[in-house]
Amino acid sequence: MLSVVNSATGLVNGFFEWFGNLGIFSWNVLKAGATPPYEWRELIRQLDEVGSKSLPLVAMAGAAIGVIISLEARYSLSRFGAKSMFPATLVYSVLQVMGPIITGLVVCGRVGAGIGAELASMKVTEQIDAIEASAINPYRLLAATRILACILMLPLLTLGTDACALLTGWFAQTLVEPLSFHQFIQDGFKGATFNAFLPQTFKTAVYGLIIGLIACFQGMQTRGGAEGVGRAATNSVVLGSLFLILADVVLVKFILIVFA
Amino acid sequence: MATACDIAMKQKQPGKDGCSPVVAIENLRKTFVSQMVLNGISLSVNRGETLAVLGRSGTGKSVLLRLIIGIETPDSGSVRIHDQEIVGLALDRMGEIRKKMGFLFQHAALYDSLTVAENVAFPLEHHRRDMSRSERGDRVKQLLAEVGMEGDFDKMPSDISGGMQKRVGLARALALDPEILLLDEPTAGLDPISSGEIDDLILKLQRERQMASVVVTHDLHSARTIADRLALLNEGEMVIEGTFDDLQQSNIGFVAEFLKQL
Repeated sequence: MLSVVNSATGLVNGFFEWFGNLGIFSWNVLKAGATPPYEWRELIRQLDEVGSKSLPLVAMAGAAIGVIISLEARYSLSRFGAKSMFPATLVYSVLQVMGPIITGLVVCGRVGAGIGAELASMKVTEQIDAIEASAINPYRLLAATRILACILMLPLLTLGTDACALLTGWFAQTLVEPLSFHQFIQDGFKGATFNAFLPQTFKTAVYGLIIGLIACFQGMQTRGGAEGVGRAATNSVVLGSLFLILADVVLVKFILIVFA
Repeated sequence: MATACDIAMKQKQPGKDGCSPVVAIENLRKTFVSQMVLNGISLSVNRGETLAVLGRSGTGKSVLLRLIIGIETPDSGSVRIHDQEIVGLALDRMGEIRKKMGFLFQHAALYDSLTVAENVAFPLEHHRRDMSRSERGDRVKQLLAEVGMEGDFDKMPSDISGGMQKRVGLARALALDPEILLLDEPTAGLDPISSGEIDDLILKLQRERQMASVVVTHDLHSARTIADRLALLNEGEMVIEGTFDDLQQSNIGFVAEFLKQL
């Protein structure tokens, strides 16, 4: 009985300790990132790493999602005699729900694991200590640049995912029932306002914050050789994805209240 | 003409004639989880002087260096660099002090995604923004030539030997012309010839640059070659501090046992 209580206490302590350390880490990154000297060159390198190098992957994921939604939507709408709603269903499904979350999860897998493993490897080989010993703030050079790159790039990547999904969704529909792209877009966006799509796209900046912050935190807190590096990469993806989905619940509710 | 400070330094009398030690450690304690790693260590190092910190593996020698450069924080005690207390100093303020220090890590800790030349240029790119690209290139060439690595500019750290990595690490540590040089096991894992070459290199740099150096090592032969004074640690406590002759004349059992390796 005592051992159960002890292990439960340990778990609760570990939980609060983790969040406490994340809070301290976030404050250090914010302080370092907001004050000069700014690491522009590293930021540009990270924008390329997070943005351009993720684009093919999110484009492919978007293309696949477009086809899947197209197939599912046509089948469901046909059953209810609402085939004319197909363009709007596809556009709203992609832009409001699937595009942002798929982009977030794909980038979390690629970039989160990459950042987590890279920083963890630097930590266990004392490269981060060497940066600190060279009088360079590692929070500014390594963490702030990566987190900012994720924040800036996620909305742009989401636009890429959305575009590919709409294109392949329309193409899959056209193979079965010809529909001009112009007509598809016109019907899909009929009556739509910017408020319906922009907040959903820009909420991915919060996904970027979560992905970058969790991955940098996991990487820079690593201890214990190759096993620690593996654990940091895994935790970056698992925790990043989990927090991303949880944040989406809050963000969707927030957007519905504010931009309804 | 020698200043009062230089004379005091040569006589190994820190604090005399207004010459305060460059590094002064007082009653330093550090614990990891429940293990006391350093227990009440006090040391000082003057300009132009090399102090070797000796001891068995796991006696807190490397931790001592990390405390001096502020990568670790002590539980209690004081670390003063040029009379400035660094314990509890903010990271950016600490950065200013670190610019005066060079650190050679035990495994060199070269940035593995950068070439040899880029590794050495790294501190210059961040702290000497007034330097043009060609000036920086010249400085890197000069530093690599100083450590005998002039032909390996474009090699990656993974393509060079452990001894060569330490030379590059040393060149990087010297990039900002430090007044204090901290060397963590500079000869560990090297063959006797490479160890001798690194020792000669450290001696040459000391003669030319007159830095205050702290060398952590368990290589007594190397310590005897490069150090003016030696400090022997055991289980986190200072056993003895003095010249090599002082150690030889000591009747402490642990000192005699340690000297047997010669």
